[in-house]
Amino acid sequence: MQESTAHQVAANATSSFTEHLQRDRPELLPYNRDLPAGAGATPLQVPHATTIVAMSYDGGVLMAGDRRATMGNIIASRHIEKVFPADQYSVLGIAGTAGIAIDLTRLFQVELEHYEKIEGTLLSLEGKANRLGAMIRGNLPMALQGLAVVPLFAGFDTAAGFGRLFSYDVTGGRYEEREHHTVGSGSVFARGALKKLWRPNLTEAEAVAVAVESLYDAADDDSATGGPDPVRQLWPVVYTVSRSGARRVPEPELAAVAGSIIESRTIARREA
Amino acid sequence: MTQQFYVSPEQLMKDRADFARKGIARGRSVVVVSCQDGIALVAENPSPSLHKIGEIYDKIAFAAVGKYNEFESLRQAGVRYADVRGYSYDREDVTARGLASVYAQSLGAVFTAEQKPFEVELAVAEVAPTQEQDHLYRLTFDGSIADEQGFIVMGGQADRVSSAIADGWNASLRFPGAIRLAMGGLVTDAEAGALPATAVEVAVLDRLSESSRGSRRAFRRLNDADITALLAEED
Repeated sequence: MQESTAHQVAANATSSFTEHLQRDRPELLPYNRDLPAGAGATPLQVPHATTIVAMSYDGGVLMAGDRRATMGNIIASRHIEKVFPADQYSVLGIAGTAGIAIDLTRLFQVELEHYEKIEGTLLSLEGKANRLGAMIRGNLPMALQGLAVVPLFAGFDTAAGFGRLFSYDVTGGRYEEREHHTVGSGSVFARGALKKLWRPNLTEAEAVAVAVESLYDAADDDSATGGPDPVRQLWPVVYTVSRSGARRVPEPELAAVAGSIIESRTIARREA
Repeated sequence: MTQQFYVSPEQLMKDRADFARKGIARGRSVVVVSCQDGIALVAENPSPSLHKIGEIYDKIAFAAVGKYNEFESLRQAGVRYADVRGYSYDREDVTARGLASVYAQSLGAVFTAEQKPFEVELAVAEVAPTQEQDHLYRLTFDGSIADEQGFIVMGGQADRVSSAIADGWNASLRFPGAIRLAMGGLVTDAEAGALPATAVEVAVLDRLSESSRGSRRAFRRLNDADITALLAEED
């Protein structure tokens, strides 16, 4: 009798918000839905979030995302934000089905804060990366029906003292990246740009410029990626994470960086 | 076969209340003070890891006296309640009033239905943009709930500590003054003088956390060095 009580208490003691929801309020989880049979035969027309780039620089990691969401050939949003702070020392960017991705992000943010409050300490960076992987795996049934979400995760490992970068596949597989990585529809073009622009030990300001330029190149060749928009004053969302925590690069700084890239491209007068 | 004796409901409730009161009176005290900078929570607690004060949500903190296992399970339940509510509605829909009423119901249910009542007393504090809008709720073992003004004192020597705090409290106190007042009130042994920073657990809810720290989470735990530095400050 006593043993079973102790077992019960131990089984109920969870520091994970997702586990708690799974047990008590499964209807609140963004995944875990039974889609009707036959769905997925025709791909659903829903907004898709596009390109995210991330890279390491001297003293931290950086993540940037363009501002466009598309629905087939339609631009669903010009000012969507796809890079979010996960907690004080980490950020995540999402590509794929926007609705699910944004809810997954919210869930992940609560998951980290919940653990911190219950346990009184921050989850390790590896621990955070693994939790995110588990959530993406949870979404696998939906991904198979065409509603995939692929995140990119970056954070400062306070124990090790450097920034780290993790990429994922739809099955929740987690891969650590050393230098830079891109996801989303424009990722191949952004990656090509990063191969030429990125070098080890960039300063933070140089890394911001490299990120904005790689997104510019992605927008140049991928219709689903939005470039800097001086008409509407829309710039990519850029976060840096260093020892002092995550910081959103302010708009005036990005406007200046984007402005100088547009200017140099105008002067170069190149076709492609 | 054992004979069941009749016990009047009055007697049963009184016995339970006495039992809970005895348990709470054995513990050390906790002081929650609302002041100009926010809300300061001070507990006499020599352990640096077994907390009596905790963060529940952006603007809401929790403080407790009594049995650790009982109030810890209540604290965790409170964090779950707040996180589920904030996740399914919105962050600003999580209020101290809602949380306090859930606590009151669970404490009340345990008091009447379980074999033994919880030997705990809780405080739920919510910091607001102005001091008049701060909420301090005190919850007792039987599920009673009280909306307090200015400060809450709970635990073993609550009456004595409470009168000391009442003498020194005013709305214009800053954090150093409020924490000094609370620590002065918590001194149990008159000859020993002031409590050292290692003997207390201190946390604050910053009124202006968004502008001062850029964080919507107002709760901040102070370590021994922070406490010593803060106490050295003049008001």
